[in-house]
Amino acid sequence: MRVGFFVTCLIDLVRPSIGFAAIKLLEAGGAEVFVPPTQTCCGQPGYNSGDRAGAAALAAKVIREFEDCDYLVAASGSCTGMIKTHYADVLRDDPVMLQRAAALAAKTHELTDFLVNVLKLSQVPGRFTGTVTYHDSCAGLREMGVKQQPRTLLAKVPGLKISEMTECETCCGFGGTFALKYGEISTRLADNKCQHIANSGADAVVLGDLGCILNIEGRLRRRGDSKTRVLHVAEVLAGTGKE
Amino acid sequence: MQIASMHFKERAHDNMGNAQLQGNLQKIKGKFVAKRRESLTELDDFEATREAGKAIRQRALDNLDVWLEIFEKNAVARGATVLWAETPADINAYVLDIARRHGVKKIIKSKSMVSEESALDEAIEAAGLQVVETDLGEYILQINDYEPPSHIIGPALHKSKEEVADLFAKTHGTPRKTEIGELCLEARGVLRTHYLTADMGIPGGNFFVAETGSVVLVTNEGNATLTTTLPKVHVAISGIEKIVPTLEDVATLMRLLPRSATGQSISNYVDILTGIKGEGEFHGAEHMYFILVDAGRSAVLSGELKEALRCIRCGACMNHCPVYQNIGGHSYGWVYPGPIGSILTPSYIGIEKALDLPQAATMCNQCGVVCPVKIPLPDLLRKLREQQFERHLRPWTERFGLRAWSWLASRPALYSAATRIGVRILAWMGGRERLIRSLPFGGGWTDGRDMPAPAGKTFRELYAGKARR
Repeated sequence: MRVGFFVTCLIDLVRPSIGFAAIKLLEAGGAEVFVPPTQTCCGQPGYNSGDRAGAAALAAKVIREFEDCDYLVAASGSCTGMIKTHYADVLRDDPVMLQRAAALAAKTHELTDFLVNVLKLSQVPGRFTGTVTYHDSCAGLREMGVKQQPRTLLAKVPGLKISEMTECETCCGFGGTFALKYGEISTRLADNKCQHIANSGADAVVLGDLGCILNIEGRLRRRGDSKTRVLHVAEVLAGTGKE
Repeated sequence: MQIASMHFKERAHDNMGNAQLQGNLQKIKGKFVAKRRESLTELDDFEATREAGKAIRQRALDNLDVWLEIFEKNAVARGATVLWAETPADINAYVLDIARRHGVKKIIKSKSMVSEESALDEAIEAAGLQVVETDLGEYILQINDYEPPSHIIGPALHKSKEEVADLFAKTHGTPRKTEIGELCLEARGVLRTHYLTADMGIPGGNFFVAETGSVVLVTNEGNATLTTTLPKVHVAISGIEKIVPTLEDVATLMRLLPRSATGQSISNYVDILTGIKGEGEFHGAEHMYFILVDAGRSAVLSGELKEALRCIRCGACMNHCPVYQNIGGHSYGWVYPGPIGSILTPSYIGIEKALDLPQAATMCNQCGVVCPVKIPLPDLLRKLREQQFERHLRPWTERFGLRAWSWLASRPALYSAATRIGVRILAWMGGRERLIRSLPFGGGWTDGRDMPAPAGKTFRELYAGKARR
């Protein structure tokens, strides 16, 4: 089984350790991981900002890079949501690419969904001492149907307890360029999230998208919380979370 | 209504700092969100009902001209007059003309958001006639100098009990009440006299039924019933998109509307009004008019935002919107707030007068998953963003940034070189704490956050390095 690993631009640039954690998990599940070396961005920033042409060019590039793989997997609900649910719209004017987009969409998975439903991973390498709370990132939850998968996997981590926060499905306020354009509103949404995380009493908030991680961690630190860890679910499952 | 959508950011800022409003907005979650969730469990198959509701609304829109003609034929056959308002100004002209024709002095209204589009109440008063809003929320806003509504089903949702108590004492000249029950009784007493002395009643219209020529009114206070039974002239106003083919369609939509709006299985009152008072009948208007309003709707119908016209005005999208929940309805600056308002406002008043609205959304799709007629709200917002991008209605810096990003990301070798430098600079900026306190060009981001600094090397270079070893 040849799994094409889509790194995502954020993981590539900001926290590569998440990428290595994801690969470790995929290999633990028996997958042969292939990382196309020319990959960059899925095109979502342009698409959500109205630059359809820019998005279409990058979408076509991703399709060319990954269509030979049996699967495309990324440690992000947002980027896989873009590929799986939006490429058809991005490429609607090009019948040939549209067909290739549909074929790729059919084999595109968010990491935890792939680990649970395709690889049927029974054990995970990670260990964790403490309580975590899980934030359901919007695209993962509402575009990719990721809800139970990360919880199922986290339950397999020795020493880890889950304490659900209220409104775990409410947006953290990131929204890509929204956080730049409407920083004040975005910060308010992030504040609400930080409060719910604090109320859950967890030592760490765990989630599946680096965009939300940067938003939540950034707000927690500015609020003076230097203790609550903000971890990608892949880091926890692989046991590679820093510190 | 005056358009203030260009002041979105300032208004949102003010509203986020308004403690009273913030407290009121918190109540939405318990009042609307939790009750909706609970009420949906009564339906055997909510998703199938949603799908049916969507199909009904889409069928109506796909042949809207035909259904409107059928409606007109059937309404006229029952003695009503159907008038077509092309612009908001036409609504006001029609109402004043009807009032003159029947010697009307006092008009009572039950809730009509469409009449907010044309500032009908102000036009009626300017013509020297009296107008009284009878929906409690709308009444509160009217006696507070026509304050704009902040929600489509709870127009005075932003007001607290205390504010209403002060307002009533001042306006009615009565001792200040403190209990909600007492305040309601006082409003009822005041409004009853108006019902009995009004010559014209204006309700909105939740649905117009083509097969019977009827209007359907959905309310909780019974005010629409009184508004449309006591006065001799009855003028129902609504948008042309509110048509549904059959009464059976209404039955399906009524399974969705109250549940999605207030979490009720059914609203306290549902009125279906058909034709004028017949011979030997006790109830009904002597003269019945329908004003069907275009005001931008036919343009939407023929464009890529058509699906927005499926809206049945339940308010679920705003109730569940994390942005609305924090900034309130007034921030949006016109009649319709929240996600659906961010689509309708630019469509009806012009995108150049509402530049922020399509942008001020996180695209979390919470609105899309609760919409009872499955309007893909984020997708429609994105289409508006595309229009803004194409028409150069966004800052050149944003346009340049996006183009530069896609240009760079299409060239892997260059991207690799540029990002290697970029992440090293950012990592250095993070210092020992590995947090970036302030980011040039990223003010909105670092105003409220410390940006976690990048690791300093890209995944791509680390991975390539491993492969070489």
